[in-house]
Order: sequence, then C-alpha cells, then structure tokens
Amino acid sequence: MFWKMIFGALTRQRGKPLMIAFAVGLGVSLATAMLNVMFDVGDKVNQELKTYGANLIVAPRGLAAFNDLYDLTEDEGRTEQSARPEQFLNEADILKIKMIFWAHNIVDFAPYLDTRVLAGGEAITMTGAWFDRHLDLPSGETVDTGMNRMKSWWEVQGSFARDESLREVMVGTELAKRMRLAVGDSFTLAAPDGRDLGQVRVCGIFHSGGEEDGRVFAPLALAQEIAGQPGKVQRVEVSALTTPENELARRAAQNPNSLSAMEWETWYCTCYISSVAYQIEEALPEARVKTVLQVAQSEGAILQKTQLLMLLLTLLSLICSALAISNLVTANVMERSAEVGLLKAVGAHTGAVILLIMTEILLSAFVGAVGGYCMGLGFAQLIGRTVFGSFVTAKALVIPIVAVLVLLVTLIGSLPAMRMLFLLRPTEVLHGK
Amino acid sequence: MLDAQTDAATEKTLEIQGITKSFGAVHALSDISFTVNRGEWIAIMGPSGSGKTTMINIIGCMDRPTSGAVILDGEDVSSLSAEELTVIRRDKIGLVFQQFHLVPYLTAVENVMVAQYYHSLVDENEALQALDRVGLLERARHLPRQLSGGEQQRVCVARALINSPKLILADEPTGNLDESNGKIVMDLFRQLHAEGSTIVVVTHDPDVAACAEKTIVLEYGRLARITDNPPQTGKVEQAGETAQTTLDKQA
Repeated sequence: MFWKMIFGALTRQRGKPLMIAFAVGLGVSLATAMLNVMFDVGDKVNQELKTYGANLIVAPRGLAAFNDLYDLTEDEGRTEQSARPEQFLNEADILKIKMIFWAHNIVDFAPYLDTRVLAGGEAITMTGAWFDRHLDLPSGETVDTGMNRMKSWWEVQGSFARDESLREVMVGTELAKRMRLAVGDSFTLAAPDGRDLGQVRVCGIFHSGGEEDGRVFAPLALAQEIAGQPGKVQRVEVSALTTPENELARRAAQNPNSLSAMEWETWYCTCYISSVAYQIEEALPEARVKTVLQVAQSEGAILQKTQLLMLLLTLLSLICSALAISNLVTANVMERSAEVGLLKAVGAHTGAVILLIMTEILLSAFVGAVGGYCMGLGFAQLIGRTVFGSFVTAKALVIPIVAVLVLLVTLIGSLPAMRMLFLLRPTEVLHGK
Repeated sequence: MLDAQTDAATEKTLEIQGITKSFGAVHALSDISFTVNRGEWIAIMGPSGSGKTTMINIIGCMDRPTSGAVILDGEDVSSLSAEELTVIRRDKIGLVFQQFHLVPYLTAVENVMVAQYYHSLVDENEALQALDRVGLLERARHLPRQLSGGEQQRVCVARALINSPKLILADEPTGNLDESNGKIVMDLFRQLHAEGSTIVVVTHDPDVAACAEKTIVLEYGRLARITDNPPQTGKVEQAGETAQTTLDKQA
C-alpha cells in the first residue's frame, strides 16, 4: 500500500513532483557542471598558463655556477669560442627530459645557444633554437616541440624559421627597425673577428615585449656552427604541467633530503614543480634546473582562486536549490494539509506520514538529480568549450559527491515542511469551517 | 440469561463525564456529561459556536479535554498522549467528514485500503466488499475527482467502516450534499444502525438529527438538553432495503 500511495502521489498529482524534480535538477546541473569544471580546471588553467612561457630552465651546472658566482644574466654569459665544455649541455641528451617519471606533464621544451655576430657593423646576439622539431624518443613515442609552441604569445610577422634551413633567421622588432629590415630581406652576418658568415634571409620579425626584440633567432644548427660548438646547447626552457606548491613541496625544494621516506615518496610521486626539476636533474646529472618561480607561483595562485570560485558557485547553486526545494515542499505540504490530517486521523503516526512524504520527495529529487546530472555534463562541456576551448572530462568522483549533496540539500530543504507535518493536528484541517 | 442480554444492550460505548475545554480564556465546553450505549445512534446539535466541533474532536480522540473524562469502550482516553490517541482512533473510531477528505491521487478502493494499511493488513477484496456495501463497487477504480459528492461521501463511509470500529463519528455527513445524495447517505447510516453500529452524528440539520434515537443539544458550550426522538416507524426495520433501493435507482 505504501508504494501504491507513493506511485499515486507521483503519477496522479498535477505537476507537483515535477516541480520538485525541476528544482533539484537545476541545482544538480549547476553543481555537476561546476564540480566537473573544478576538478578539470587544474589541467585547463595549467594549459592556458603554459602559453605564458616556461616554468623550468635547465642549464649546465658549470654555467649556472659561473653565472651565480659573478651574478651575470644569461645574456652576459653567452657563448664564446673559448667557453669551457662544462658550460654546455649535449643536444642529444635533451631527449632525456621527455623520459622522466612525469614525462607526460612535460608539455614543451626548447634548447638555446647564444653567440655573438656582426650585422651591418653592429655586434648583436644570435640565439640558436629549435623552432618546430620532430623527435623520435627511444621509448617509441614521438614528440613535436620547439619555440613556436613555447613562445605562442609572440607577435610574428612572417613565420618562424625552419629548423632544417641554415639561411633563415627571425629578427626582433627593435633590431629590424635599427637595421631597416623587413620580412624577406637578406643581410650579411660576420663573426666577431670579421670573418664573413654569408647572407641570411629574414623569414619573420617578432615582437616579444622583452629584451629578445634586440636579437636574431636562428636554427640551432646555424648558431652551433657560428659558435663552433656543434651538438651543444647552453640552456633548455621547459614548460611542464604541475601541481600547486604546498608546504611539503616547499620543504623539498629547499632540501629533498630533509623529508622522511614517506614524505619523499609522496613528493616524488606528485607533480610538484620541484619534483619535476629534481627528476630532470636525475636524468641530466650535468645540468642544474631552476624554477621560474613567478610563473609557478602564479599558476598555483590562479588555480586555487579559480577552484575556490567554482566551489563557491557550487555552494551557491546548492543553497539556491535548497531554498527552492524548501519553498516547494512547504507549499506542497501546506496544500496537502487536509490529506496529511486525514492520514493522521485514520491512524497514521507522524513518523509514517513523514516517511511517506519524504519518500515521495526523495524519489522526485532522484529523478531530478539524474536529469540534472546529465544537464550538468552538458553545461560543463559548454563552459569548457567557451572558456578553455576544449571539452571537460566527466569525473566519476562527481557522482557520489552530487548524490550526497542532493540528499543533504533535499533533507535540509524539507526541514520546515517536516516540522509542519510534525506539528499539524487533524483538528486544524479536517473540519473546514 | 435475560440479565446478560440486558447488560449487552446497555453496555456503554462512550461516557462523557463532566468535560470542559478551554482555549485560553474562552470556554468552548463546560461540564458536559452524557453516555452513548452500544448500538445507539446519537445526534449532537447546536447553533454555530455552541461547541459541536470541539465536542466531536474530543469524542474522536483528535483533542483532549481540559478537564473531565472521556471513557471510550471502557478506556479513559482523556489523558492519553497524541500518539496513543492515534492508536485509539485507528482501532476504535470510524470518521466521516463533511468535506469527505479523500486522498485525491488514490482510487476509491485505495482510499478505503489506506485505513486498512494504518490499522492492520491491507485486503483489497475486503475493501471492495465495503465499497459494494455502499453501492460503489462499479466506481472502485475511479479517482475522487471522477466521483460525485454523494459518491465521495459513500467512499468516506466505506473507509470509516472497514476496520469495524466501535464508534462511527460523522461530522455534518450531509452538509455538502444535495437532498437526494443526503438521503442516500442517511439511508446508509440507518442500515449501519440496524446492523448494530454505534453512531454519533454532529449536525445542525433537524431532519438528520431526527433520524437518531437521542439528540444532545449544545448551547454556548453547555449541555442544554437531551431529548429522546420518537422512533421513525418502519425506518429502522426497512433501512437496509431503503438504502439498497435508492442506490439501485441511482445506478
């Protein structure tokens, strides 16, 4: 009989259960969308932040120590013919960066080699780099990486240089202006000792907004040839997807040996920027890895703020949902007070009436929650496509969270109605006078 | 043997002993006493504000008196808790309301079964028999909104009867019905009375009150008088036949 009454209430009442299902569905759809986006936003925001440059710099131990000792900038520490071998990394070893434990989180990387050249009688810095390099890893995987991905914010007139061409260069806007160069122009390069290095063609003029605007960027092989350092690079910029730093990561960054075995394992197996740096140093013992703290910290701060925002929106949507349910259920119980009074009059205990009404509400809420969850997945994709330009992955974890939240919100929302049911006396509603 | 029969005939189903009911400074009922014997049909009459509704609430175990005792089927119910009163209502009282109060999303037979459900076990056949008794077997699967007022009141009577209560308590049972439907319902009460049911009807209609054996008149919350109504010749004896004839005509 209990289920007959529930079935009758759900199927023969005009729209009331539907209204409750709709209110729950709306709240659940927003919560589902926000929670899915919140859980996925880390990767999404990280991807977005990767466009603002590298968060790790890999440099030879010798060069890093030399620069630190004399407080030199990278530009001042540029390559000379007389440079010592420990001031370079082997280009062939760079692949090892993509073979560490967190290899899949290494999004892009590009090696650089600076050298000095003369152009139009002016001494300028030429930086050799990978522009768009296709790599076959020993693991069998292939990787496409280079400057065109690392410097995606650069405004480039023309195009990036091709790695295989030794006669194509990119010129910064400031230098192009001084030398009155346009895309397609050629100019002659000379070594610092006056030796003619031949002509190169300007394939692109870039604006980076930094000191690079006064430089020439050339394929790495050309810079290596001019510097007389074949197969050598001076530094590697690495862009990695990382987890925001916490206390453990900060302690580990200062001294990994200070961690207990369990802490060390947790730190090593979590994609903190410090653990990625540590693993790169393990792969390249001759290198020292520096983190670009501004980028890493900004990533963490933006990520935390975005997640907090999502969490607040989720809470807000659930509070709105609870209020809507509360109003609907209270109105529903008020409307059905005669029915409730009757049930009590014919012998139903208050608990039995509450059980009946709550089952009815929870079943309506369940239907609403299922619909709302599906709708929420749609909203999440809409947010993902609109804000991040990619789909949001549906997380299985959201289902139990939403289920618990729906139960809580429905129960909390129904409390005023339950109180009414508890206090309602048959005499108040049955005589109708 | 004769004494035993006399005792059964005068067995008290309901004893009201000096009850008062106050709502703050307002005295709704003052020092009311009367008795309803088993198988007796009593009407409670009085103008608006005389305390009829308060009286039916107390007799129906939906309220407690401020003082005095209500003895229902030998048990003093005047000091029981709300939950204990629910059990008494469930087991001993069949309620019929002026406004029918059927559950709108349940069919006629399901409305009868609701009373069974909260009393003991649900038996659909028994519920259908109760509907048959009030002439509504054909309408058993209809929702209340598909039934006329008279039909809804008959479902209400079937629901009141289903658990074989000690007392049938009817609050203005014909108050919302037209004359012909009112007559059908009253014929049903006559039939129930003829079968030995104890009935208390609260009404302001003298014709309805005249059907009872006694009329208790309340005025300003006090018992004004108790009158014995003249027996309505032939009515009691023919009640079953009369109700069935009227129902057959309706069908």
